[in-house]
Amino acid sequence: MKSRIFLIVALAVAAALFVFARLLGSEYFFFAGYVVLQFIVLATAWNILGGYCGYVNFGSAAFFAVGAYTSVFFHKAYPLPIPVLILLGGLIAGIIGLGMGYLTLRLRGAFFAIATLALAVVLQTLIVNWQYVGGSRGAYAIRPAAIDVLGVSLPYMQYLFILMLILAVGAVVIARMIERSRLGYGFATIRDDELAAEACGVPTLRLKLIATTISGALMGMAGAPFPYYITYIEPSSAFGLAYAVNSIAMPMIGGTGSWIGPLVGAILLGSIQEVARVTISSAVNLLIVGVLLVFFVIIAPNGLVGLVQNWMKAKAKS
Amino acid sequence: MDFPVELLINAIIAGVLLGGFYVAVTVGVSIAFGMLDIVNIAHPAFIILGSYLAYIVNQRLGLDPVLVGILMLPVFYVLGAAVYQVYYQSFEKHGQDALRGLAFFFGILFITEVGLILVFGVDYRYVDAAYIGPTLRFSFVDLPYRLLVPCVLSLVMIVLLQLYLSRTFMGRAIKAVSQDQGALALMAANPVKVKRVAFGISIATAAIAGAFLIIIQPVEPSVGREYIGRVFAICVLGGLGSLPGTVIGAMLLGIAESITATFYGPSWAPAVAFGLLLLTLAFRPSGLLGR
Repeated sequence: MKSRIFLIVALAVAAALFVFARLLGSEYFFFAGYVVLQFIVLATAWNILGGYCGYVNFGSAAFFAVGAYTSVFFHKAYPLPIPVLILLGGLIAGIIGLGMGYLTLRLRGAFFAIATLALAVVLQTLIVNWQYVGGSRGAYAIRPAAIDVLGVSLPYMQYLFILMLILAVGAVVIARMIERSRLGYGFATIRDDELAAEACGVPTLRLKLIATTISGALMGMAGAPFPYYITYIEPSSAFGLAYAVNSIAMPMIGGTGSWIGPLVGAILLGSIQEVARVTISSAVNLLIVGVLLVFFVIIAPNGLVGLVQNWMKAKAKS
Repeated sequence: MDFPVELLINAIIAGVLLGGFYVAVTVGVSIAFGMLDIVNIAHPAFIILGSYLAYIVNQRLGLDPVLVGILMLPVFYVLGAAVYQVYYQSFEKHGQDALRGLAFFFGILFITEVGLILVFGVDYRYVDAAYIGPTLRFSFVDLPYRLLVPCVLSLVMIVLLQLYLSRTFMGRAIKAVSQDQGALALMAANPVKVKRVAFGISIATAAIAGAFLIIIQPVEPSVGREYIGRVFAICVLGGLGSLPGTVIGAMLLGIAESITATFYGPSWAPAVAFGLLLLTLAFRPSGLLGR
């Protein structure tokens, strides 16, 4: 499928989803759906670096929080519409991704993973000590009840839902485009054998920097509307380990090889968690993620997508 | 205003004591990551597990936490050997340990933390022992026993480990496996078995470190996260796989954190470890005593 046709299909699916949600008429659906969409963006962004290049990022929460706190900063300094904030959050998180990649990507993969953990704590400490954005006390971002979009009055939650929906479509389309481009093949050579790729003349460092920048920027964009969604933000919620774990677990469970994996993983795991959060407890829903992650990396190294592919191959043979 | 020399000296001494404790926390990772090339980011979770075991036994039976740590050594050794076996069967054998192995340990870290939260809640837990509280004083220098005991015992532990690694047959085999696994296999030694023993020892140190941790500070399940950065910072700073390097790295970090906490406030202290780690990775990735 051509990318342009794919984009149209994806937009159509997204529009259908929104219309369906409107017909359902439940505010809660938008509230829970927003979280799942946010995880689609995070998981897809993580997969661009983790799945395509093979570099594990444990600091997803840091990039997410950078986006969120960019919004908090502008909310206090000079209020801007959220779409602009999303771009700004993406820009700043992208720059941080580039900087971190530049510091650590010349090293082995494991060092990069540890450095991302380190980055998360350094940034969290900075935010905790930065009084202007609330410090450890947190900050409020009161959202209006409704907003006019192109002359139509929308409840604010639905507005945020649409923005996240567009972001999710954007992230998936970008991931799919990368996968099928020269860039994607370059990423795959890095994942499979970086030394050999380097020897063949693949500019590995430059490719890795592109990957960290895109991945970081998308995570920052996912975080930018977060303060308005949650209305009260504090460092330990924005930097929560849940974001880091989920953005690793979702692609791993779905399958890291292609854009479908993170999408499937995020929808599945995100929905399970939203259900578990309401029916059981929020601690248990994190336990589910942890157990599923360990289970899948051991039993099904290629995730659900890999399982389905194996099953189809076996069926074709018989 | 005079420069507070006494304060500085006290901060440095507290840093050295803290560094001694960090040695115990890091030595396990030093073995696993430095020698076996297993990026066990779940190590702090095992340490917290050790803390909680020390807490339970201390509260129920009134045993000394350090003694509990020593009694738990065989249990943690077996646990470590079992984890390694799973890791080997699932990842290392197929040569795809990098990405999935990391995710595996991350998952273990997460399961342990959430599991402890579900069982014990997020309250801070602490232990009772005679040496928690009193302080040894030389004129203006304070040496709290709460820090002194773990520091001295950690140093004893690392000396014993260093002797084990350089004097015994198994110890030398562990060093050999860190240098060249293939050559070891050619000598008719089984690298998997050697690594299993080494990883068992690595996790066993977490039992002791956990006991020290709960002596030094009250513990709740997510405390472990702060230690991920510290242990890897120390490991990388000192040079991978070098136990003397671990001691130097731990002392440096302890002093840096203690001075930061004294002069700028404790909320900045976590950034020191990670800042140091990022700088080391950027400018001298092989560490101070690295090969």
